[in-house]
Amino acid sequence: MFEQFQARAQAVSAEVHRFAGAGPALDFVVHTLLAEGVAPEPGRRAVWCPGPILGPPEPERLARELPGLTFEVTRAAAAESKVGVSELDWAIADTGTLAQDATDPRRRLPSMLTETHLAVFRTASLVPDLATLLARVDPRRMRYLTCITGPSRTADIERVLTIGVHGPRRLLVVAVDA
Amino acid sequence: MADRTGFHEHIAEALQNPNLAGALGRFSEAYAISRAKAYEGIDFEKLRDQIVEAKGNAAGKLDVLAGRFEAEATRAGARVFRAGSPEEARDYILRLCRDRGVKRVVKSKSMATEEIHLNQALEKEGMRVKETDLGEWIIQLAGQRPSHMVMPAIHMTKEEVAAIFSKEVKERLAADIPRLVAVARQELREEFLQADLGISGANLAVAETGSLVILTNEGNARLVTTLPRIHVAVVGVEKLVERMADVVPVVRALPRSATSQLLTSYLSVLTGPAPGPEGEQKELHVVLLDNRRTAMGADPRFAQALRCIRCASCLNVCPVFRLVGGHVFGDVYTGGIGAILTAWFDALEASEHIQGLCIQCGNCTQVCPARIDIPEMVVELRRRLAKEQGQPLLQKGIFRIVNDRRLFHSMLRAASLAQKPFARDGMIRHLPFFLSGLAEFRSLPAIARRPFRDRFREIEQPRGLSEKVAFYAGCLVDFAYPGTGEAVVKVLNRAGIEVVFPEAQTCCGAPARYAGSFAVAAQNARDNVAALEGAGASAVVSACPTCTVALTREMAETLEAEGEHEWAVRARKLGEKVVDFSTLVKRLVDQGRLRLVPGEGLPAVTYHDSCHLKRTLRAEKPPRQLLQAVGHEVKEMFESDMCCGMGGSYSLKFPEISKPILTRKLESIRKTGCGTVALDCPGCAMQIQGGLHKAGDAVQVRHLAEIVAERLA
Ligand code: SF4
Ligand code: SF4
Repeated sequence: MFEQFQARAQAVSAEVHRFAGAGPALDFVVHTLLAEGVAPEPGRRAVWCPGPILGPPEPERLARELPGLTFEVTRAAAAESKVGVSELDWAIADTGTLAQDATDPRRRLPSMLTETHLAVFRTASLVPDLATLLARVDPRRMRYLTCITGPSRTADIERVLTIGVHGPRRLLVVAVDA
Repeated sequence: MADRTGFHEHIAEALQNPNLAGALGRFSEAYAISRAKAYEGIDFEKLRDQIVEAKGNAAGKLDVLAGRFEAEATRAGARVFRAGSPEEARDYILRLCRDRGVKRVVKSKSMATEEIHLNQALEKEGMRVKETDLGEWIIQLAGQRPSHMVMPAIHMTKEEVAAIFSKEVKERLAADIPRLVAVARQELREEFLQADLGISGANLAVAETGSLVILTNEGNARLVTTLPRIHVAVVGVEKLVERMADVVPVVRALPRSATSQLLTSYLSVLTGPAPGPEGEQKELHVVLLDNRRTAMGADPRFAQALRCIRCASCLNVCPVFRLVGGHVFGDVYTGGIGAILTAWFDALEASEHIQGLCIQCGNCTQVCPARIDIPEMVVELRRRLAKEQGQPLLQKGIFRIVNDRRLFHSMLRAASLAQKPFARDGMIRHLPFFLSGLAEFRSLPAIARRPFRDRFREIEQPRGLSEKVAFYAGCLVDFAYPGTGEAVVKVLNRAGIEVVFPEAQTCCGAPARYAGSFAVAAQNARDNVAALEGAGASAVVSACPTCTVALTREMAETLEAEGEHEWAVRARKLGEKVVDFSTLVKRLVDQGRLRLVPGEGLPAVTYHDSCHLKRTLRAEKPPRQLLQAVGHEVKEMFESDMCCGMGGSYSLKFPEISKPILTRKLESIRKTGCGTVALDCPGCAMQIQGGLHKAGDAVQVRHLAEIVAERLA
């Protein structure tokens, strides 16, 4: 299933990275934040909504390494951020999609206003298709289910595909095996 | 709505816009390929079954589902307002805005809000309203209306967009698409953050959970539904489905059909209000808009239109839409489906000119994921329009004549004499006076000096043939192409079949029916049923697919619609015996009753599929197999099954549209390099031959009957 997920996600311009455990995945995320030039100034900050997959990050160490990073996801912080990190609850193999219970807007915002979105998910949460996911989740217990397939895109001017209109221009998918 | 002349001016303007035809034409060609790719590995018919089931089931009980949705969404904390009319919907939203002190509004794409003209109403109250879908924003800034349901600004070039944006940001911008997109991102970002109200539509609404399902690519709907403190979703009740599982087939089809994607970038399912970004409780209002949808669902002829998922694939494959676009062919909703929705959501009269543009080619019926029959509903609109408004005078006169078989036939004979001065080598290049429009872009076949009905009497058929088949000639074979009729007789005789020609047969009624004159078509039907059922024939064969379709099913439908049930039963019984020429001949060959002798070294020919033969009778194989059987290689032309632009009287009503459609067809034919184009339809023959003749082109147009008749054992 992962191969299919990866192929489909890459086909819609997502970058897919797979790690055996949370440790190397965390290193990759931090490395990417550094590479993206995250800094404590508007437009270059990063917001990170922590979750169970990468575990509680060590805020102090990260704050030292990445002074532009905050774990307090507010609308103002997200609006000033270049990069967002969030954890997704499921992935859909046949469309290369990530899905999330985004009832809490802090889980949603890192994937909305930023230019780069680091989307972390557990490989074991892969389902074959949307039908399986919709049968599994109960929308009545979830105010906002969000599904993400590749970066934001448009073809509204002369049908030329252009990446990154209102949402992220770059989607890095971080799959964690254990 | 413009009057008739105004409408033709409108069409002329669209046709003269080189961007429009270029952009739409290129798109429709690319679309055919990318759509096929997106559907790879998917059983389209099965998917259609599922959509028809999910949406069809819902369309039958919109009221019940709206009630259930209201209860569930309310339980989840949303406020649901069921608006009967556009006014009610607008008033509710305006009142809410006043109560909550709304000043700034951001919107994601919603055709229902265009239907109720919401932006104007909000702006009139002094609110700042911004569309945020890129295409919609461009259209808003340009002060236009969307020209396509999925790609609102497809009619504009990047230069035009750059000019519009430059004015908005007061800076000269180059026509560089990524740069223009970046400008939109930057300009609209503030709007999202400052707005008090976000207005969205929804692609689906799920009754059992009270959920809204929204698909977008840009990500604007997520911002619209998240950032402002209030969210209003305006949703037509036809978006309702019963269960969450019903969402699946629609979501599988919509992105594939709309943009050739497996899934859009974002899919959101909203159930009640989620907390806002600052942890505050947001407000969610769902305005369920009826605006005659429930009435539509109760109308057996139109309920199917409620299954529409607004994918716009019907526009992308439409030969007329790709020429004139949605500003001419459409209103709020565009294309053939737009004409139908306009008739209901606006008014029957409002659809008058738009629906007239449908040439009845049936292309849309092949791709519609909800299996909606647009041409069928268009004919029904015409019937109702004709009932309400009566026929235009000239048309009325013509149909009165067609209705009187003897008068009609004697006039055609008289015309054959009158045309003499204009006819040369069997074709008419120019016609005098007011008739000149008819022959302006193509020559017309001269009306035969002696119609088939006269020539038939002189054909000596072999004696003692055991089977009898009735030949239905139809007007074109009878009066323009009698040679085709003679070829049919020759072929059938060789298969041991005697051909009878019931003289009381008359026009098949298709022209009248497609114009909405059901009374005339019903009279034609009765005449034909009476003439043909008494012929003592085992089958009725026609060499015209349009006539074949009329005889097999439309006569019965017309009679039923006119309340003539007994005649309809007779017509249906007769219809079972009717078959088109190529299908019958292929069958005779397969049965060993007819032997064809393949010619040596015959040149390759190309084949043009007539709309009715291909899409209604689904007989694209027999003619090709017959061509191969007589020794021709078939060299396929580009879009062999694209309409030639004839469409019966359509080419008289809209010659300006018929002509460019024909031009494309002729180009496709020429590109094959073949010296002959074979076909099964005398109507297409008339159009294509006329176009080739006018252009002085030597390519031959031949009916299958004539080709086969030369290669009999
Ligand atoms: S039948 Fe042909 S002309 Fe009419 S709407 Fe469909 S595609 Fe267009
Ligand atoms: S009528 Fe069919 S093809 Fe056209 S928009 Fe609706 S669902 Fe799509």
